[in-house]
Order: sequence, then structure tokens, then C-alpha cells
Amino acid sequence: MRDFSYLRAGSIDAARQAAALPGAMLLAGGTTLIDLAKCGVAEPETLVDITHLKGLDSIEVSERGATIGTLAKMGHVADHADIKSRFPAVSEALWQAASAQIRNMATIGGNLMQRTRCPYFRDPSNFPACNKREPGSGCSAIGGVTRGHAVLGTSDACIAMYPGDLAVALVAFDAIVHLGQRQIPVDDFFLLPGATPDKEHAIEPGEMITAIEIPSLASARRSTYLKIRDRQSYEFAAASAAVGIEFEADGRTIRDLRVALGGVATKPWRARAVEDALKGKVLEPDAVRAASLLAVEGAVDHGANHYKIELAPRVVARAILKMGETA
Amino acid sequence: MTLELSLNQQPAHARQGSSIGQPLTRRDGFLKVTGAARYAADNHPPGMLYAVLAVSSIARGRVAALDVEAAKAHHGVVEVMTPKNRPALAADPDAKDHPFMFRLDLLQNDQVRYPNQSIAVVIAETLEAATEGAALLSPRYESLPARVGLDGAESFVPRGVGIGSPAVHHKGDVEVGLKSAKTRIEATYETPAQYHNAMEPHAIVVAWDGDRLSIDTPSQGLAMAQGRIAGLFGIAPENIHIRSPFLGGGFGSKGMISGPQVLGILAARLVGRPVKLVLRREQMYGPVGHRAPTRQTLRMGMDGEGRLTAIDHHARTASSTFDDFFEPAADASHTLYASPAIATSHDAVRLDTGTPLFMRAPGEATGSIALESAIDEAAHACGMDPLEFRLRNYAEVEPMTGKPFSSKALRECYRQAAETFGWASRPLQPRLMRDADGFLTGWGMGTATFPAIMFQAEAHAVLRADGSGLMETGAQDMGQGAWTAFAQIAADGLGLDIDRVEFRAGSSDLPNAGIAGGSGHTATAGMAIHNAGAAVIARLADLATGNEASPLFGAGNEGVLARGGRLYRRDDESRGESYAEILTRAGLTEIEGHGKGAPDPASQETYAKHAHGAVFAEVKVDPDFGQIRVTRLVGAFAAGRVINPRLVRSQYYGGMIWGISFALHEEAITDRRSGRIQNANLAEYHVPVNADVPSVEALLVHEDDPYVNALGIKGVGEIGITGTAGAVANAVWHATGVRPRRFPIRIEDLLG
Ligand SMILES: Cc1cc2nc3c(=O)[nH]c(=O)nc-3n(C[C@H](O)[C@H](O)[C@H](O)COP(=O)(O)OP(=O)(O)OC[C@H]3O[C@@H](n4cnc5c(N)ncnc54)[C@H](O)[C@@H]3O)c2cc1C
Ligand code: SF4
Repeated sequence: MRDFSYLRAGSIDAARQAAALPGAMLLAGGTTLIDLAKCGVAEPETLVDITHLKGLDSIEVSERGATIGTLAKMGHVADHADIKSRFPAVSEALWQAASAQIRNMATIGGNLMQRTRCPYFRDPSNFPACNKREPGSGCSAIGGVTRGHAVLGTSDACIAMYPGDLAVALVAFDAIVHLGQRQIPVDDFFLLPGATPDKEHAIEPGEMITAIEIPSLASARRSTYLKIRDRQSYEFAAASAAVGIEFEADGRTIRDLRVALGGVATKPWRARAVEDALKGKVLEPDAVRAASLLAVEGAVDHGANHYKIELAPRVVARAILKMGETA
Repeated sequence: MTLELSLNQQPAHARQGSSIGQPLTRRDGFLKVTGAARYAADNHPPGMLYAVLAVSSIARGRVAALDVEAAKAHHGVVEVMTPKNRPALAADPDAKDHPFMFRLDLLQNDQVRYPNQSIAVVIAETLEAATEGAALLSPRYESLPARVGLDGAESFVPRGVGIGSPAVHHKGDVEVGLKSAKTRIEATYETPAQYHNAMEPHAIVVAWDGDRLSIDTPSQGLAMAQGRIAGLFGIAPENIHIRSPFLGGGFGSKGMISGPQVLGILAARLVGRPVKLVLRREQMYGPVGHRAPTRQTLRMGMDGEGRLTAIDHHARTASSTFDDFFEPAADASHTLYASPAIATSHDAVRLDTGTPLFMRAPGEATGSIALESAIDEAAHACGMDPLEFRLRNYAEVEPMTGKPFSSKALRECYRQAAETFGWASRPLQPRLMRDADGFLTGWGMGTATFPAIMFQAEAHAVLRADGSGLMETGAQDMGQGAWTAFAQIAADGLGLDIDRVEFRAGSSDLPNAGIAGGSGHTATAGMAIHNAGAAVIARLADLATGNEASPLFGAGNEGVLARGGRLYRRDDESRGESYAEILTRAGLTEIEGHGKGAPDPASQETYAKHAHGAVFAEVKVDPDFGQIRVTRLVGAFAAGRVINPRLVRSQYYGGMIWGISFALHEEAITDRRSGRIQNANLAEYHVPVNADVPSVEALLVHEDDPYVNALGIKGVGEIGITGTAGAVANAVWHATGVRPRRFPIRIEDLLG
């Protein structure tokens, strides 16, 4: 048996301190971490259980925005009336994620921190080479089974896709990750793999996510999350898009547009080129379709994942047009 | 084993009159939903240790080194079993005495023949210690390149396919038929490797007592498992006691005892203590069988009226490098469509995989999706409606053999399913239907068929002086409802209400009930039960009709009826008496009878015996995304006598959902460099979830079959996959105009 110690943190500070020790890992819902421990990717020496910490599971929505405690359950956030009405894309991203059972266990902080589904990453005993696991060991995925791998934001070192849904909606609306004292925009929280795919987040030892803050935006109110996959439910995205629109008073001219992609990139992928191309324009189908192609500018495929480059712009276009229709 | 059942778990109607035909709920359902049903891995004999397999990373080569010392040094590890210390066996695990015997990997040497092959077993006080011990073995390998894929090795024509079917068959001359045709089609379809993925992994709990063996393990064929273990260990079969009251699914993967299960027995022998061994999900991708991939090419010719002039069906498939199981896919063209010329052939490659095996509708499912797709292409080439085309080519006799069918209500299946589905309003051309949301909508159909097979089975019946009965047979319930259906047959056979019958099954100590496979279990063990009931009733009737004190005196054995625990005179039902009275008068506490179930060789020679069905599917496809949803499935099936319509419908639902799975979801994806399957888990190996099957309807079409067996039972377990997979594929074509040629059909196939 592989021994590890388990401790229940009594306070946020205690949790942070414990998590700063070498080999320590925070345990929330466990739906990612326990899986990773079973397949030998995570080898925690100390599990710091934070699920009993008080005050971290609240969902507060005001005129200024929403603040969601890290321990709020995916299912609760998805079902929260104010989240549904003010941030539909956030609720929809959560509803379409994982399964009801997992959503009942899994937390918002854990959801952001979930790891890639790259099958080589998850199989250390059979595929020792993985730069994300073992820096410098190589990448087993390149040249292998790549249907689920990223086409955007990849590097020579790693092409692993970020699989989560929620973070895609969050990056579209400039949400902020609270790490106690420090606050980081979600877009900066997730790092590109570059030469250091092992470093996925701008979070340091001893830091812990305490909450997510989503600023109130008109574009977030008129937003949606469109997720495409082979199976109707319980599958990660082949491609997805979080889109929000704010119109000028004429109801046709785009004042603000938010577009982010999931299922295709190494991190939640904000498509600013699409936004910029359409902002200030009248929403019009052909223009939307043309602009949506900008979402995959610079995309690089690895064979079996080529279809994502075709699919993603179509998902973006559909989501934008759908939001336009509700005008 | 006897189920602990209380009467109030049964609806009242179940206890009136004939049990056969009643939609009883599963008798074991209460135990299952309350968690009281004990599956193999739920057993913990005193002193039990945990065994964990170490399996190979490589696909081919040999194990050069194992760090046994490191594993043994780990706290809690009791022993490590490797080829060096594995207890001797009485038989070579690589021997093959008959085609139904499969070679097993039992640590006979250091060779590796496929990924996930067992290379050692670690036995420890806890599961965790054994798991860590297995990791500490840190094997080193000498590896050779893996042979992967249907072009991965030189092909050859196998001696036989399936179980003993010739690889090549023909009648008439297909080349002549194709030449004379007015319209021809040719198409190639690929199906992937699929894995059974029963919810319950293969598990075994073993305790040796001298030369006696006590085993809890899921088995679809208790007597076969018992015989195989007896042969391997050189002990008498009757010394081996296997309990398998419930299986969490088998689908063919638990038909034969697998290598890992035998390793559990060896581990227990080595350490001299009871041992439990349970496969991890990913370890089920290798040593317990799978459905082999196929590449099938069909050529068909049609005359000016849309009549087939030739069917040529060729299938390439794959087996392992060390054993023979060849998916008999092309044989699907033997039984369904009339044609003056039919040729079927197979060739195969040997790959570095575990040996493929029977997987629900082996050959029938793979063959059906290709055949039904090709028939659809042929109908379209002739400008005909696919149903009209199938009726034009309706086989009045079995096409390959010319034998008459024992019964065939397929026309009625077509009619009822088409009507319920609303097929008549289908436009002939594809890509013409859109729903209100703009989804491309398509309708497709397929014909379902599956042979009505019987094996050999025995049953033992007892009538007791208290008026109750006992029926025993070592039948296996994989979840299909054997506990219930057989109790119903037993009740009628004994002339008792079902709550007066104690039914025992699921143990190798009971009479051999044959295998729960080939969709033949209900017919085979059902006939054994029926005959055992008849035998004991005949004895009872003897006692009554030969005794002057009985109101039945002189009626003669043929002149009595058994019903509700009483015998009646056939010619005067006011005269009768209870079983209890008859036995008490005779001074007997109980009487017994034996019965057998087996195919009737004479009718086997004369008739072709198959179940049939028709399946209609509606799919909706997003025109931009290629995302496919099956919005409606309607199937109608004729499979002889229905013992329990609720259970039968469930079998059809399950089969039809599997058909969706075949067409749209299931695929084991192999890394071509290593030969390893990269989605060996249920998060990534997809089967439909509830949201993928919003509407599934199964119609039960009446069919009397006087020839299959006295009960008129065919089989319902596998037929639902056939027909359905093709129907979904054909609906996708009808929606999009894109003809699926590779399964499962994926988003990228329709992005266009
Ligand atoms: C079969 C399956 C399908 C899935 N499908 C989807 C899907 O479609 N879409 C989707 O978005 N997700 C999906 N998921 C992922 C799922 O949403 C995540 O597993 C879940 O959100 C993780 O939350 P948790 O609370 O269980 O995290 P845990 O497993 O407890 O933790 C995950 C990681 O986050 C770290 N962590 C937890 N809390 C904090 C904190 N406060 N600060 C810093 N680090 C922290 C942990 O140390 C750990 O490394 C799926 C998962 C499975 C198993
Ligand atoms: S893609 Fe990234 S995570 Fe996957 S094997 Fe390569 S380096 Fe590892």
C-alpha cells in the first residue's frame, strides 16, 4: 500500500500552510484527484481535505456580479436561479459537464483545476514519456491517438487539451480567480504549455482558490454555452463555445461580444479576434460565419483531431447567431 | 442456490393460472435494488487474501525481468506468483482439445502475446498492498513491434469461422449473377474492435480444501467452467463447487472461464489460503475476449424488378497470434435475402491482441450492419423503397440451404413495425426531411435475425407431500431474468402456482443447464425443466390412477391434467385431488423426476430455425456539426413463444440500444505504435447514455413454432442488435446523403 497522510484543514490558513508542504495536495470533491491517484499520476503524500471548511460554498449574486465559493458544488451553481438568469452560459456549461452524480460531488475550484484527458498522460505505467508529468521525458501523444487533443495553443512539448467547460464560460466574461490575498483573471490563471506543460496554472505552493468572481456584464446576461459531442451527455466537448452579446440601443449593432472556445485548445480559449471583427458591426449571418473562422487562426492539427478545426468555427457561429436571434 | 424470496414481492396476477406468458417482474429484483444480492466479489471467506494481476505493457516480446524482491518486501505482500513458482497444472493451458476450448495465459512462460496479458500475480493481506506490490514489480521487457490493424499482418483463409462454420460458402455462381444483373452495387464497411465491458468485472473468490475447490465467480456456463478447471488441475469435476447466482452482465465474456480467473485459483493453491482476484476495468481489455474488427465488402446484383441475382459477402477479420476465433461476419448473408447465387468468404490476420471471442451476436451483429447497409444501397440503386425491396427479396426458404423455415413471421414484423413507425410517408431520396429546428431528419430500417439454437441441459424436479415443488438446474442469470422465466416454466411444468415452487439455479452442484449464450438458454434449460416437470407429474399420475382409493383411478396416465397443485380427469374436471393427498396416501414424502433439453436432430435436419424482426430508426443530424441523435426506434420481433413479455421486451430494448451503440459509439482505439488500447475505461469507451435513447419501442409479434421445441421457444437475447445497427446507419444516410462506411459514425464523418 502506498501510504499517505490525510488531514482535515481547520481553517483556510491551515489548509494553505499544509498544502505548501512538499507532496501535499488539496482534496475537494475528489472526482479528479482520486482518479489520478488510482492511475498513478497523482502521488500525494498528504491529502489536505478542504471540504469541511466553512463559508467556502456560498453563491452570492449582486448588481456587481457573482462570487462563487470554491466549495460550491457544480450542480448547485448550475441550478442557482440568479446564475441562470444573469450568467446563462455559466449555468449551461455546468449542466452539460460530466454527469449528475459527478456534479453533485465536484466543486467549482476542483473543476477549474481538473487535468487533461490525454490518455498518455493518464497512463504512466505504460507510457513513461509525458512532458506534463515528467518534464523533459517527451510527448507520447504526438504520433499516437490524438482525436481528443488540442489544435490551438499547442507546443512541441505538449498538445493536451484542457477538457473543462466552466472555465470556458468564465474566460469569456473576464472572471477572476481569488487566491486569498491575490486575484488573477481566469485568462491569466491558465497557462499555455510552451516548454513547461507541467506548469498549468498561475498558482504557487501554499495558494488555494477561495472563490471565483464573475463581473456583471450585459453580454453575460445574453449568453449561452454550446457544446458539441458524439454522445448526448456525459462526454467532453468535441468543440464548444461560450458566447455573450450586448447590442446597442438599435438592437442590431454589436456593442460587446464575448467568445471563448472549449474542447479545442490547451487552455480555455478566448477568441478575441472574432470579437474584434464583429464589435461595432450589425449582426448579420454571413459576417458572423466569416468572423468565426478567425477563432481557429493558427490552429495546428495532429491527424485525427483535424475535424476540430472545421467544427469549432461552426460552433462559434451558431452560438453567436443564436444569441442574435433572441434580440 | 435458492433465492430468498417472499411472496409479497410478486404481483397477485402471477399466482393465478398459467405462469408462462405472465409479465412477472424479476424475482431477484428486490434483492438487487436493496443491495442484498451477493455477487462473486462480495464474498469474503475467513483468512482471505487479495490477489492483483500485473499485466504486460507491451504487445509482443518477453518479460526480461521482474523485481519480485521489491514486491515481496512491501508490507502486507504475502507472495508473488510468476512463471517460476506458479503451481504445476495437469494440462497445458495452450492445449486445444476442441474448438470451444480457448488457450489461456497462466504464466506458462515469459512470453508476451498481447497488451494486458498477465505476467505475475501479487497476493497480499489487503487489496492496496497487492496493488502496490504489482506496481513494484517494475517489469523490464524485450519487445518486438506490435502487429496492429486489419492490414497489420499477412492474411490467410482460416479453416473455420465462429464455431466450426466453413470460411467459404457458396451456392450458384455469383459472377454469373452479377453479370446478368441490371443494377449492381459494391461497398466496403469497417467495424472496430469492441469490448464487452460488463458492469461487473471478472472476479473470483477461491478456497481450496485439499483437492476440493469452492469458488464464487460469475459464469455463463457453470458446467463448462467446472470441466475446464477440472482438466487444468487434474481433479474430479464433482470436487469443484462453483456458485454464480448473479452476473453483472456477461455478453459472452463470461462464457468460458478466463485466464485471470484460473490465476485466482492458482494463487489460492500457492498460498494455501482463500484468495480473491478482481480485474480492474482496464485489465478487461485483453484476457477476457472482445469482438474482432472486420472489413466487409459486399457486391450485389439486381434484375429489372429489383430481385437479387447475386450476393457476394467477404469479411476480413482478425484473431490473436496464438488462438483461433474468427468473427463469422459474412455468414449473415446465408439466412435473410433470397438470391439464386450467394457467396460468402472470410480471411483473417493474426494480431498482437488477446483472442477475440463471442460478444453478443458474434458474427450476426458485425455481418448485419454491413449487410443491411448494402441492402439499403441496393434498394436505392434500384430506385425502390427499402422495405419494398426487402419484401421483393423475402426468403420463403433459407437462402443458402433451401430448407423451409420452422416458422417465420417476418412479414408481420415488417408490417407492424412500419405501421407503428409511420414508414409509409418516407421520401425515397435522402436529405429531404428537416424538423422545425432545422435538423436533417432521416428514416432507415434493417432486418433482424438470429438463429434459434439449443444446447444440452438437465433438470431435476421434486414434488413434496406438503403440496410444494422443487425445480433444480444450474442455470445462469446474467441479468436477463433466468431466475424468473425458468421459475415460470417450472410452475407450469409442475402444475403449481409459482409461489409453491422452490427454484434453484446458479450453482455447479445442480444439474448441468448448459450455457447461457447463443440466445439458447431459455429454450434449452426451459425444455429440461419442462421435461423434468412432466416426468414427476407422470409418476404422480401413476400413483393416483393406479390406486382404487383415488378419484382418478383408472383414468390412465394420459387422462389427467395437472393444475394448481391438483390432478384432474381430463374427461371430467370435477373429479380430481391434490398432490398432497396423492403422496400422503402413497406414504411418500416426495417423488422426483428428471428431464433433458436438447435440439431435436430430425427437425434440425429438416428445418431452418431463426427468430426474425424489423427495426425502424429515426435520426436527426445537425447539418453544421454532424452531430447524430437517434430520436426514435421501433422494432417488432417474432421469436416463438414468449415466456415473460416484460423480460423479453427488456432484452429487445437492450439489444436495440446496443445497436445504437454499435452504429454510433463503441470503438476500442489502438495506439498503432504500442498496440495498446487508449480508451480502456468507461469514461472514454462510449456506450449510449439515457439521453441517447429517448424513445425505444419493441413490439412482440405472435409466432407459433411447432418444430423448435415443445415449448415453442426461440431466443431473444441477441437479435435486437442485428437490424438496429444497420437501421441507424441507413437513417443517417437518409438524413444526410452520406453513406456511412466506417463504424462508429462520428462527427467528422458528416462534417462535409
Ligand atoms: C467521467 C468524467 C467525465 C467528466 N466530464 C466532464 C465534462 O464534460 N466537463 C467538465 O467540465 N468536467 C468534466 N469532468 C471533470 C469534473 O468536472 C471534475 O472532476 C470536477 O469538477 C473536479 O472537482 P472536485 O471537487 O471533485 O475536484 P478534486 O478531484 O477534489 O480536485 C481536483 C484538483 O483540484 C485541486 N483543488 C481542488 N480544490 C482546490 C482549491 N480550492 N484550490 C486549489 N486547488 C484545488 C486538487 O488538489 C486537485 O488537484 C468529468 C469527470 C469525469 C470523471
Ligand atoms: S500531449 Fe501533453 S499530456 Fe499528453 S503525452 Fe504529450 S506531453 Fe503528456
